[in-house]
Amino acid sequence: MPDLLLELFSEEIPARMQARAREDLKKLVTDALVEAGLTYASAGAFSTPRRLVLTVQGLTAESPMQREERKGPKADAPAAALEGFLRSTGLSREQLELRDDKKGQVYFAVLEKPGRKAAEIVAEAVEGAIRGFPWPKSMRWGSGSLRWVRPLHSILCLLSDESGAEVVPVTVDHLSAGNTTEGHRFMAPGRFPVSSFDDYAAKLKRAFVVLDAAEREQTIWHDATTQAFAQGLEVVPDAGLLSEVAGLVEWPVVLMGAIGEDFLGLPPEVLQTSMREHQKFFSVKNPKSGRIEKFVTVANRETADHGETILKGNQKVLSARLSDAKFFWENDLRVAKAGMGEWLDGLKAVTFHNKLGSQHDRIERIAALAREIAPLVDADADIAEQAARLAKADLRSAMVGEFPELQGLMGMYYAREAGFPDAVALAARDHWRPKGEGDSVPTDPVSVAVALADKIDTLTGFWAIDEKPTGSKDPYALRRAALGVIRLVLGNRIRAEMQALVSSRMTKHEAKQAAQQWSDVNQAIADVLSTAAGNEEVFSLLLKSYADSTESLANPDKRTREHEELLGELRESIETAARTKTNDLLSFLHDRLKVYLRDQGIRHDVIDACLAMPGNDDLTLLVKRAEALAGFLKTDDGTNLLQGFKRANNILSQAEAKDGVEYSFGADEKFAETDAERALFTALDGAEAVIRPAMREEDFAAAMTAMASLRAPIDAFFEAVQVNAENPILRRNRLNLLHRIRAICGQVADLTKVEG
Amino acid sequence: MTGKPVSPRSFQEIILRLMTYWGSKGCAVLQPYDMEVGAGTFHPATTLRSLGSKPWAAAYVQPSRRPTDGRYGENPNRLQHYYQYQVLIKPSPPDLQALYLGSLEAIGIDAGLHDIRFVEDDWESPTLGAWGLGWEVWCDGMEVSQFTYFQQVGGHDCRPVSGELTYGLERLAMYVLGVDHVMDMPYNDPDSPTPLSYGDVFRQTEREYSRWNFDQADTAMLLAHFEDAEKECDRILSADPVDKAGREIVMAHPAYDQCIKASHLFNLLDARGVISVTERQAYIGRVRALAKRCADAFVTTEAGGGTLADAGA
Repeated sequence: MPDLLLELFSEEIPARMQARAREDLKKLVTDALVEAGLTYASAGAFSTPRRLVLTVQGLTAESPMQREERKGPKADAPAAALEGFLRSTGLSREQLELRDDKKGQVYFAVLEKPGRKAAEIVAEAVEGAIRGFPWPKSMRWGSGSLRWVRPLHSILCLLSDESGAEVVPVTVDHLSAGNTTEGHRFMAPGRFPVSSFDDYAAKLKRAFVVLDAAEREQTIWHDATTQAFAQGLEVVPDAGLLSEVAGLVEWPVVLMGAIGEDFLGLPPEVLQTSMREHQKFFSVKNPKSGRIEKFVTVANRETADHGETILKGNQKVLSARLSDAKFFWENDLRVAKAGMGEWLDGLKAVTFHNKLGSQHDRIERIAALAREIAPLVDADADIAEQAARLAKADLRSAMVGEFPELQGLMGMYYAREAGFPDAVALAARDHWRPKGEGDSVPTDPVSVAVALADKIDTLTGFWAIDEKPTGSKDPYALRRAALGVIRLVLGNRIRAEMQALVSSRMTKHEAKQAAQQWSDVNQAIADVLSTAAGNEEVFSLLLKSYADSTESLANPDKRTREHEELLGELRESIETAARTKTNDLLSFLHDRLKVYLRDQGIRHDVIDACLAMPGNDDLTLLVKRAEALAGFLKTDDGTNLLQGFKRANNILSQAEAKDGVEYSFGADEKFAETDAERALFTALDGAEAVIRPAMREEDFAAAMTAMASLRAPIDAFFEAVQVNAENPILRRNRLNLLHRIRAICGQVADLTKVEG
Repeated sequence: MTGKPVSPRSFQEIILRLMTYWGSKGCAVLQPYDMEVGAGTFHPATTLRSLGSKPWAAAYVQPSRRPTDGRYGENPNRLQHYYQYQVLIKPSPPDLQALYLGSLEAIGIDAGLHDIRFVEDDWESPTLGAWGLGWEVWCDGMEVSQFTYFQQVGGHDCRPVSGELTYGLERLAMYVLGVDHVMDMPYNDPDSPTPLSYGDVFRQTEREYSRWNFDQADTAMLLAHFEDAEKECDRILSADPVDKAGREIVMAHPAYDQCIKASHLFNLLDARGVISVTERQAYIGRVRALAKRCADAFVTTEAGGGTLADAGA
């Protein structure tokens, strides 16, 4: 059972691509081996910056023989058909077999493919993997046409067993596989031969290359934490950085250095981000002060001076970087303390979306909306508006320009340093949230108001300009915004009528778009007029009549009846469009809510039943109903009542359809014939007395419990009486009684929509 | 490696050593292009010569101007006028990384003491319609060069592929010489009778150009020049390839000069802050259109490998 060793040695492979490349190499090669009939015991893939390595253990030495039978033409078929069959199988007529078939004798070809040596199959598999490798980005080099992530320099490909190792004859363009490789670029230059995977890994280690990325990660983390611990410090964990750094070195050497005293006053996130993004340094924290005071860098070699030169160089680069950061911080503070006016002005020049105006326009809309939402969340309206105006100011700060991921956080720092109320500072940080499913929902009232206003504005704006998400395309992350609205509302139990919040905005957007179209039309008229400019007399006449008409349109006193009609139509069309889009956006929110509640275990029919109730744009109310109904349906009384309700409803609906009337006149107990009927009257009175106050309190669970108490009387009623009695008075009274059941039981949700 | 290299003592010595080194490796040591450019890549010895099938090897210093980077000579690292050292070899030789490391040794960087790394950095020039894959080279955490394998220039596939090395000379020299502020860096030998610092040579010009770039440059005139350069480029490329004496001469280089001009004028307009975010893309697109047409023209010329050379366009 031979083992395969494959090494693809190249110039430096981007760190971020290595993990995926290991998996791809393993899959491509082993799939091809299996496809060709080989089997293997195990396989493993490795990478360093300069090599991609695969080992396959316990490979079969050759593939089994393959036998294939192919049915040909009938014995009496025309000669051409037989010739064609012979050509396609590569056999002569004597090699065919004649067999009896239902319709006579038929030629059969029996093709036997001999088994193939593993080496031959491996060579094909490796060449195929190299040529078809799915690098995210690949390139050509020199005069060749081969593509690889960076120039590919050598291929090591061996099959080895107890008797020794043989080079697999892989050839890809100008590269032929051999049995040699290189160690560390600087610490062990030169090539050396290897004879097996174990030999390879051992010799690499002697040549200062740790083959396994996981081992490099362990070494780095171990050495970093040990060095930090010795000084009473802690390394800030960063798994992404660790994996990246492990992909940048073959021989990790951990060095710890100090951050200049000048920079320790910067916010810790700034230090951390600058060091990670620019230098790929780990941050080292002093648990006593909570400050980040040192850094860890990972070099790719040992040196005679134990890394002193390297550390000094890195420290110098860090100082230059942090000087920039400090410069940004100090400049930004100056602007912030002056009230952030410079940034707010700057946002006028930044386009949010060409149909939705600038960031400044957006902020104006959010501020107005935040004011409106404030009383709903117990926030101070003035502070909510102020917070909304300042929340995105940091977009223009130098620090966020440099580190976009610090957006929000810097806003908080700057607002605090500038002496704004803490609620304003928190809103700058938190109004972006929740950013994703894992992110928590802000709870500070001002933050909630601004966050909600921000998301509703985004949704309304993009709905107004018909940029809704379609299929997998959601470039403006509107699904996330909708989920944000849902989580903000539910998480803070906010009672808001979404319809009203959205529709007033939508109407404004629509009106603005109509005005834009109007001005386009005016422009077109002006263009026409200017072409008449050659004839002065005609031109001035035209101009005057145009000016008259537009002026009179703007002035209510001068409007003609036609003008009034025109404006009326315009208003009508704006309002219709706004209504349609508002409803569409609300049903999008409802759809997202269904997804959200389904993940919480609430069935879609339960939600549909609650959506059918009035006030369904109040999401908190809607969910309260849904939760009560879902809980109710889990009880036996609940499911049984549902049956009784449905029975009552069916009989009633059929009768109503047949008679063409609605039996809502109220049932009279004096027409009750049986005890069961009378008991139902009593039960309904009793339930109503409980349900009415419960509904007033929106205590849907209590209301439904009271409904459940109707289960037995309803069942008994159906047992004892026939609703469609001969006597029309009795029948009418009973139908009116059923109507009462329907009305009482349908107060929390439309039970007809519940399945089962 | 041939023992510990002797450290250079001045900015100019570093340039001279790079010249000597790349000259000894077979590069034609060219002079800077005599026009204002934003980077060494704009020199036709890179942009145009990376196209077509003919082998090429050149190294040169290119003064480069980035008007928006002006800081009146006060920032320790930023300049609106600086130098790039540029090497372009076509086809890229298999030992280009080793050749490059040799050049670091030549300017006094001992690979035995420093940590030299190739860190992914893909290069793209929207104005030139060009891109390539490669790295930024780190020395002890500092970016000292850009290393790129050109894949496409002026919209044409590069066949063969050129290897391009770009050294930011000031930054590299500051590191090698151990200087913290660019203006303090010795320009010539500090022991010479007239020792001059980088500041002695450039502080005055940095101040003057910063003011002109940011506040004074006549934007109406710059805009007019941009349009002129664009028109002239088009006129040159649209001209009959056969001249009055019956010679066939495609004027790719004169046209490309106009493209370079347009590009620099755009940079100046940008520094004056008169180009809005939306207009930016449009201007870049206009320059790219010129660059592409120049590339189209160049590959039809003899130096560009003739008409058959560009199968990949």
